[in-house]
Amino acid sequence: MSIGLTPTEHVVLNMGPQHPSTHGVLRLKLTLDGEVILGCDPVIGYLHRGMEKIAENRTYAQFLPYTDRIDYLSSASNNEAFVLAVERLAGIEVPERAQYLRVILLELNRIASHLVFVATFANDLAATTAFLYAFREREVIMDLFEMWTGARLTQSWIRIGGVGSDLPDGFERKAHEFCRMLGPRLDEYDGLLTGNAIFRLRTEGVGVLPPELGIDWACSGPTLRGSGVAFDLRRAEPYEVYEKLGFEVVTDAACDCMGRYRVRMEEMRQSVRIIEQCLDHLPQGEVQAKVPRALRPPAGEAYGRVESPRGEFGCYIVSDGGTSPLRLRLRTPSFFHMAALPQILRGWKIGDVIAILGSIDIVLGEMDR
Amino acid sequence: MTAASPTGGVYQSLMHWWQAHGLPGWIFDGIWMVVMAAVVTVVILLSVLFLVWLERKISGDIQSRVGPNRVGGRFGLLQTAADALKLLMKEDIIPAGADKIVFVLAPFLVFVPTLMVFLVVPFSDRWLVADLNIGLLFVVAVSAFPVIGLFMAGWASNNKYAMLGAMRAVAQSMSYEIPLILAMVCVAVAAGSLKIGDIVSAQEHGRWFILRFPLQLAFVLYFITSMAEVNRVPFDLPEAESELVAGYHVEYTGMRFALFFLAEFGHLFFVAAFCATLFLGAWHGPVLPPVAWFIIKTYAMILAIMWIRWTVPRLRIDQIMGFAWKLLIPAALVTVLLTGLMSVL
Repeated sequence: MSIGLTPTEHVVLNMGPQHPSTHGVLRLKLTLDGEVILGCDPVIGYLHRGMEKIAENRTYAQFLPYTDRIDYLSSASNNEAFVLAVERLAGIEVPERAQYLRVILLELNRIASHLVFVATFANDLAATTAFLYAFREREVIMDLFEMWTGARLTQSWIRIGGVGSDLPDGFERKAHEFCRMLGPRLDEYDGLLTGNAIFRLRTEGVGVLPPELGIDWACSGPTLRGSGVAFDLRRAEPYEVYEKLGFEVVTDAACDCMGRYRVRMEEMRQSVRIIEQCLDHLPQGEVQAKVPRALRPPAGEAYGRVESPRGEFGCYIVSDGGTSPLRLRLRTPSFFHMAALPQILRGWKIGDVIAILGSIDIVLGEMDR
Repeated sequence: MTAASPTGGVYQSLMHWWQAHGLPGWIFDGIWMVVMAAVVTVVILLSVLFLVWLERKISGDIQSRVGPNRVGGRFGLLQTAADALKLLMKEDIIPAGADKIVFVLAPFLVFVPTLMVFLVVPFSDRWLVADLNIGLLFVVAVSAFPVIGLFMAGWASNNKYAMLGAMRAVAQSMSYEIPLILAMVCVAVAAGSLKIGDIVSAQEHGRWFILRFPLQLAFVLYFITSMAEVNRVPFDLPEAESELVAGYHVEYTGMRFALFFLAEFGHLFFVAAFCATLFLGAWHGPVLPPVAWFIIKTYAMILAIMWIRWTVPRLRIDQIMGFAWKLLIPAALVTVLLTGLMSVL
């Protein structure tokens, strides 16, 4: 028997649920031939908290804080999807100023979430310095949130019918300062990461997600846009005041880890544009519509979907006219991205698993709900 | 002990005193060796503790944060000492499925050679523990040892991550040792000797090897490969925290883990010191005392390695291997050829 035909043993490696790079409690059952991935079987559910069932036993207002904890890196998007569905169900008109404020909150949250992406993605590739740089910028956003809402991560500030409060004094100035600061800082990341030869070696051509595959597996958000599909709910199905705002839907035809990374980097710049427009054109008026204390939406169903930093985040509510939803269903993007992951992992090496997993930017709380 | 060493005089007088009491000289030699070994070990361990602190301070500076600043004054000077103390008091866990003997032995096999190579490091004109006539060969031989320890650690842990780390460690250090040795060969050819003393004296009067034509290439080769030898980013694949958790030492706790850790920093200190010896004229330099020059050059190299570590991401295993075999080894062979030609001409 020749050496080339000597059978080698395949190894099953449990990556996670306790592993530094699975971004939480995810378990990937990898079948390995040496370092090469033959198969991947994601095991999820370690962070399942029964969000959908909890909703059936809470009033609409009570469930709002739970939504913060679904995708804890972009709590505003979760609030927004839930609130949109409830408002459609109950026919509540939101004041224009509140809509602008919501967009500011959503976009700040998007930047914060993408910064965490850049940070963890860089950290997974052992560029620890970029990790701390991104967290330094995120800290400014967290301070802004704290100033406005009192909370840093789970704000619950998008409320049914409006927002929790108007902007505090000095917020606009600080937000402008942040917007001016972020652009040059992103250029700094470009110098440190994007153009780095090793970073490019690790990301270019790695983990190719063809657009057809992405669509077939219901990918969305930057993961899909990184494959050149210009699908963004802020444009495709505008909510709040997005149709009045100028921004580009960022796509990248590369389809690889680098493409997904570049999309998120550019989206941060677009978000800055959106925030600046909102701050400049902020109309006067109320920030909260009149909403009955015990909200009883008429029987029926409604679906609210938003472009969360990770993709299409949807909330489907069925009401029987009571104070709590009869059924609530959450459509979370990471779940679908995780389903597509085994398709794009095959044939790559262990080091690439980390890069590819990082590039689809999952949040386990949102995947498991 | 060479006669040139600063301890030579002390050795002579103590030996006289010993023999004056009618005691056999070989016993004194034995005691003397143990004492000297202890002194060298302590000095190296202290400098390693300092290096760990330095790395944390430098990484803090690069990452725009403060770094250790509580233990031992506002610069956190005693932080690593406190950490070492903590590690000493940690529970020593040997995994149930581990191969006990190999598991226990592995950290020592990694740690001891790291200290041994310091025998031939010329800290100053009077401070070189042993100027062996095969000094360079000694370094090559001894520094090839730790990889056996790494593999033993990975194998004995009975852990898949550790095993993968060990496989990577072996593949990587085997591949990078070849260009490393070839870079050293260039120096040996230029100096015409394997003896460290000769290599140093060949660089007298500012004729540092790094300033001679083909040896700059050898310097670059040495620098890159030595970074791979000490397993630092971008070559830290055997440990690869984000991929393999901790690689070969994933199952090690307490002081056994600390031995791996200290060995890594000891090795870092060594490659920097040896780089200064081979290419930067060792302790030669104007005005300042030789020891100062040697320390300055060594730390310049250490800082460069640390700076790179905190700036770049990690390569992938096939890229690492391809880099060694397709680029470094051919380049090293060409450099050896060039060096040979230059010394003949």
